[in-house]
Amino acid sequence: MSNLQGRRMSLIAAQNLTVRLGGADILTGVSLAIDPAEIVTIVGPNGSGKSTLLRALLGIQPLASGSITRRAGLRIGYVPQRLHIDRPLPMTARRFLSLPQRCTDAQAAQVLARCGVQGVEHRQLADLSGGQLQRVLLARALLNEPDILILDEPTQGLDQPGEAAFYHLIEEVRRDTGAAVLLVSHDLHVVMAASDRVICLNGHVCCEGAPDVVRDAPEYRALFGFGTQGALALYRHDHDHSHGPDTPHEHGPNCGHDHAKIHAHTAAKQHDHA
Amino acid sequence: MLDDFLFRAALAGIGLALAAGPLGAFVVWRRMAYFGDATSHAAILGVAFALALSLPIGLGTMLVALSMALTVSALAARGWAVDTTLGVLAHSALAFGLVAISFVPGVRADLSGLLFGDILAVSKSDLAFVWSGAIVIVALLLWRWQALLTATLSEDLAHASGLNPNRERLVLTVALALVVAVALKIVGALLISAMLIIPAAAARSLSRSPESMALLAVVIGAVSVLAGLQLSLHFDTPAGPSIIAIAALIFTLSVLVAPFKSL
Repeated sequence: MSNLQGRRMSLIAAQNLTVRLGGADILTGVSLAIDPAEIVTIVGPNGSGKSTLLRALLGIQPLASGSITRRAGLRIGYVPQRLHIDRPLPMTARRFLSLPQRCTDAQAAQVLARCGVQGVEHRQLADLSGGQLQRVLLARALLNEPDILILDEPTQGLDQPGEAAFYHLIEEVRRDTGAAVLLVSHDLHVVMAASDRVICLNGHVCCEGAPDVVRDAPEYRALFGFGTQGALALYRHDHDHSHGPDTPHEHGPNCGHDHAKIHAHTAAKQHDHA
Repeated sequence: MLDDFLFRAALAGIGLALAAGPLGAFVVWRRMAYFGDATSHAAILGVAFALALSLPIGLGTMLVALSMALTVSALAARGWAVDTTLGVLAHSALAFGLVAISFVPGVRADLSGLLFGDILAVSKSDLAFVWSGAIVIVALLLWRWQALLTATLSEDLAHASGLNPNRERLVLTVALALVVAVALKIVGALLISAMLIIPAAAARSLSRSPESMALLAVVIGAVSVLAGLQLSLHFDTPAGPSIIAIAALIFTLSVLVAPFKSL
């Protein structure tokens, strides 16, 4: 857990958040704080409230209780889970970078090159590949020189090398700009190695800490049930793993979860990679 | 020249095209076509309302169209099945409007003018109303352009950029009600949303950016007005439907040529 001193100088902090959607508590009593220049990954199965938490931090999702504090003048760069581009709306990458704040051609060229997609200015967003589109989204988020980048499952739909390359890019951005990074993922294998801190979420914060601490925490293993070595292997990915009801795992003290939820997670995951 | 009815008609039509082009582009981008129908069908009810209360027709039309647009917006936000809700509202607005107008003496004869417009009978004061309405709509859209585009692309991105997507939606709702009032005399209640959608859809396959699509929609709308008036003059066809027919032909051509994948 972050100490009080760290919390005082944090960029964005949530105290005791509760979010209710349609009568169900999606998040209960969630507290977290993001410090400058750290990379924090929120992991959790589908339906654990990861995206809701990000939306709450961004101010999109109303809170049932709790509060969010942002450092004064905090600049946020947001990369959504995916951008659905409707065919009826013609939009080049260059035009997209100027929404809503206009940027110069030089700035656009520079930030696109930074994100490894130089020269896509005049391509239609709808014609870009998934990986290119994510990089253009990242480029747009970087344009206003954010203090913190918030990314919601930014590599959905990317293949394994594409995913790894994207996370390397994020690390580089953090190194070069000193921006903090808060990202959400259900795909632990690739993400964790780059993180300073991992928050394991399942409606509440199950456990939190350095990647290897979380990896070994019983709460984490109760949720994900993977072998211990998987979490830190950057390029390794078990596509065909199964963790059915018979997989032995222990439940953490505060970590109620039902097996059905984990099945749903497994099914969704395999679907994503199909 | 303003004494020439044909010149007044052309000028009124171009004024409408000016407002309907960019607004129609948003209707197409946000898939609000049926929304436009519901709002414009409410115009007839607005006319009845205005006549009953001796209000200016333009004002009555705008008020009723605005309340219809706000109702639809609110129901959609509450998660009502939008397709069904709009279907119910659009057609009941038309039906109630036609029933209500039958109680107003003297208007029955002019029903086709309300349904299909009467652009050849545009007066100087109509012309002033059309152009001031069009200028307000264009100014509103220009003022909010960047925010409207961002919110249209993604409400979450707009939110994260500190914009309020609900406010942008309201801007479009108000502009839509205003365009209904402006267009009623020109193309009539039944064809207002055609004037919004068809030029914008025709512009889509020829455009690479939102701005070029909006501008091209204005040009296509204006060409349709001029060509439609000629058609009407030479073959004695109804003017409003002739304008829309030309726009539809241009749309068909644009899809056949289609340098850019569109719909």
